[in-house]
Amino acid sequence: MTTDLKKSLLLHGAVLAVLFASQFVLPAYHHGNLARVMILASYAMGYNLLFGYTGLLSLGHALFFAAGLYGMGLAMSQFDVGAGPALVCGVIAGTLVGAVIGMLALRTEGVAFMIVTLMFAQAGYLTILYFGTYTRGDEGFVIAQPDRVLLGLDLSDPTVRFFAAFTVFCIALIMCLAVVKSRFGKVLIAIRENEDRTQMLGYDVTRYKFSAVVLSASLSALAGAAYGILFGYVGASFASVQYSIFPLLWVLLGGAGTVLGPLIGTLFMFYLIDLSSGITTAYMLIAGVVLVLLTVFAPQGILGELRRRVWKWLP
Amino acid sequence: MTKSKTAPVKGAHPTRREALKTLAIGGGAAALPLWARYAGAQTSEPIKVGFQVHRTGIGAAYGRWYDRTTTAAAALINEEGGINGRPLEIVAEDDGTDPKRGAEVIEKFATQHNCDIGFGTLFSHVVIGSAPRAGELKLPYFVVSEGHHVASGMLNRYTLQPGITDVKSQVQAMAPFVADNLGKKVTMIFPDFAFGHDHRDYFTAAIEAQGGEVLEHIAIPPTETSFTKYFPKIPRDTEVIYHVMVGPAVLTFVKELGEFFGPQRPEMFGFIDSLEAVNIGSPGLEFLDGTYFWEGNPRYAQDNQSDYDAFFRERVGVDANGASVSDSKDVSTYAHMFGCWETLHVVKAGMEAAGYQGPQDRPALIEAVEAMTGLPHSNAHPQGAKIFNGKTHQVFGHQYITKVVDGKLLLVHTTSIEDTFYPDEVDYTTQAL
Repeated sequence: MTTDLKKSLLLHGAVLAVLFASQFVLPAYHHGNLARVMILASYAMGYNLLFGYTGLLSLGHALFFAAGLYGMGLAMSQFDVGAGPALVCGVIAGTLVGAVIGMLALRTEGVAFMIVTLMFAQAGYLTILYFGTYTRGDEGFVIAQPDRVLLGLDLSDPTVRFFAAFTVFCIALIMCLAVVKSRFGKVLIAIRENEDRTQMLGYDVTRYKFSAVVLSASLSALAGAAYGILFGYVGASFASVQYSIFPLLWVLLGGAGTVLGPLIGTLFMFYLIDLSSGITTAYMLIAGVVLVLLTVFAPQGILGELRRRVWKWLP
Repeated sequence: MTKSKTAPVKGAHPTRREALKTLAIGGGAAALPLWARYAGAQTSEPIKVGFQVHRTGIGAAYGRWYDRTTTAAAALINEEGGINGRPLEIVAEDDGTDPKRGAEVIEKFATQHNCDIGFGTLFSHVVIGSAPRAGELKLPYFVVSEGHHVASGMLNRYTLQPGITDVKSQVQAMAPFVADNLGKKVTMIFPDFAFGHDHRDYFTAAIEAQGGEVLEHIAIPPTETSFTKYFPKIPRDTEVIYHVMVGPAVLTFVKELGEFFGPQRPEMFGFIDSLEAVNIGSPGLEFLDGTYFWEGNPRYAQDNQSDYDAFFRERVGVDANGASVSDSKDVSTYAHMFGCWETLHVVKAGMEAAGYQGPQDRPALIEAVEAMTGLPHSNAHPQGAKIFNGKTHQVFGHQYITKVVDGKLLLVHTTSIEDTFYPDEVDYTTQAL
C-alpha cells in the first residue's frame, strides 16, 4: 500500500468516524441537519462522478434524484410496496432513466450536453405535474410514518434516521473512492483531461461516459429515494431546475473532482443559508457575496484548493 | 370548585399615608414596561410561535402580508395580556416557499428556537413537506394554507387548520350561486397542477349536483405564457367561464381573453387567488368589469362592513380599498391573510383552555383545539363566524362572492357555513398524541 493511499484511507476513515460520533454529541437541531446533509452530499457525490471526474456538466440531475424519489414513493403509494423494496425500486428507476438519458444526451457534448440534460429534466418535472392523479403534482404527497419502517426499524426515529443517512453516505463514499482508485476511474479522469487523446489511446470513450452517467444517476436516485423515505415527503419541487443547480454549487464549493468535496460543499452551503437567515432577511445577499468571494479566491473549491496547496494526494 | 378567600379588612377608612402609598404603587405599576405586566403568571417566559413565512420564492407577496397580519395579531394579543399571562413572541423564518426548507424550518423551531408551536404558511407543497416533521417532533403545526390536505387525512394529528377554510369547501359553496345566477353550462380553465386539479374535481362534482354541467375542462400547463390558442376550445354554448389562474401570467390571460371575446362574452366567475396583491384596476384588467370572484374576505370595505372587519383593517394597516395605508399601490392579500389573525386567536384560546405552560402541554393544546366548535364573529374572527371540526382539524366558514363594478369588488352574495360542509374524510382524534 502506498503512503498516499494510506493517507487517503486514514482521512476518509476519520471523516466517517467523526460523522458516526456526531450522533452522540450533536444537539437535536444539528443532528437532524447532519442527517439531511449526508443524504444531499450523497446526491452531490453522484453528481461529482459525472462532473468532477468525467468532466460532463449536467444541468438535469434533479431528474435522477426525482426518479429515485418518485420510484420509491409511487411504489409505496400505488402498489403498497414495503420500505426496502421501494428503495430498490427508486434506485432501479433512477438507473433506467440514467441509461435512457445517457444514450440520448451523450450524442451531444459541451454546451449542447448541458442544454439537453436541462431540457430532459424540465420534461421530467412537467411529466410529474401532468400525471398529477398519481403524483399529486406540485403538492406532492406524504409517506406515512407507519410505512417508513425498514427491517423493523422506524426510519422516522431521529437515531435510526441518522444511521440510515450515515449508511447511505458510506455507500456513496466507498463507491466513489472505489471508482476513483479503479482503472475505470482513471479512464474517466483521462476523458475529463483530454477526451480526444483518451480515444486515440484506444478507449471506447462513449461507453465509459455512458457508464459514468448511469453510475451517477444510480447514486443520485439512491439519495432521492433515501431522502423521501427518511423525511416522509415526495414532491415535484425536487425535480425542478434549482435541484439541478444545487449539486453543481455544492460540488464547486467543496471541490470538483475530490471525493469529500461534495460533503464539504453541501455542509458549507447548508449552514451558510441557515446562519445568515438568522442575521438578516436579506440572507440570500450574504450567501451570494460569500459564494462570489469563494469563487474568486478559491476557484477550485475548498478541498480543491487544499489539494493544490497542501494535500496533493487527496483523491 | 374552590371558594375565594378574602383578606381581613384592616380598616374601613384608609389613612392619608396609606392612600398615598397605594397611589404610588398604582402609578409605579402603570409606568412598568410591558413585560413586567406578565409577572403575575407562573412564568413570564414568552410563548414562542415559530412562524414559517414565504419571504422569498413564488409566495413572497402572500408572505409579506401574512407577516404583517401576524405581527398585528401578536401585538393585539400582547396588549390584551398575552396568553395565560405570558407575552407572545413571533419567531419568523423564511421557508423560501420550498418544502425542503419548510421542513428544515420546522425542525429549527422545535429543536433550536424551542418554539411552543409552528405556524404559517400558505403554499400547499410547503405544508405537505413540513407536516411529517412537525408530527415526528410533536410540534403543533397551525397552518393557514386553504389546501384540502389537512381535512383529506393526508397529514397528522399535530397539523391543524383552524383559521381558514379549505379549497374543497370554498369551491363547492360556489356552485349554487353559479348555477342559479350565471348559468349551468360551464367551461373551466385552470392551471394543470394540483391546485387547478382540486378546482376541476370539486367544482365539477358540485355543479353537477346543482343540475349543471362542465362542458369542457381546459388545463393550462404551468409554464404557459400565452393563452390565445386555448380559447377556441371553449364551446360556443358556454354560459359561464370558471377560471382560476395562479401566477404573474394571469394579467396576460385576462388581456388575451378580452381580446378573444370582445364585448360579447359569457358570464365569468373566478377565484381571487390569481389577483391577490394585484390592483383590480390595473391596465389590462378592464375586461374583468362585470365578472364575479370568490373572495375569502372582501378586499374592499363594503357598505355593510362589520365593526370587526373595520377593527381588523385598522390594526393591520389596510385601507378601504384593500391596500396598505402607507402605500396605496401595495395591495394586500386580503382574501387569505385574515387566516393568520384568526389562527393566532385560536391558538390563544386553545392554550388558555388547556392551561398551557410549556411543551409538555402540547397534547393538551391539540385536544383543546379539537374540542372547539363554534367560533363567533368577533374581533378575533373578523372574517365571519366559523365552525371548527375537531375530527378533521379543519374550520368551515362563510364564503363571499363579489362582482367587479367600476374597478371595485362589490359583495353580491355570502354563503352559509352549511354550504361549505362535506362528509368527514378522516378522524385525527383516533391517532395517538
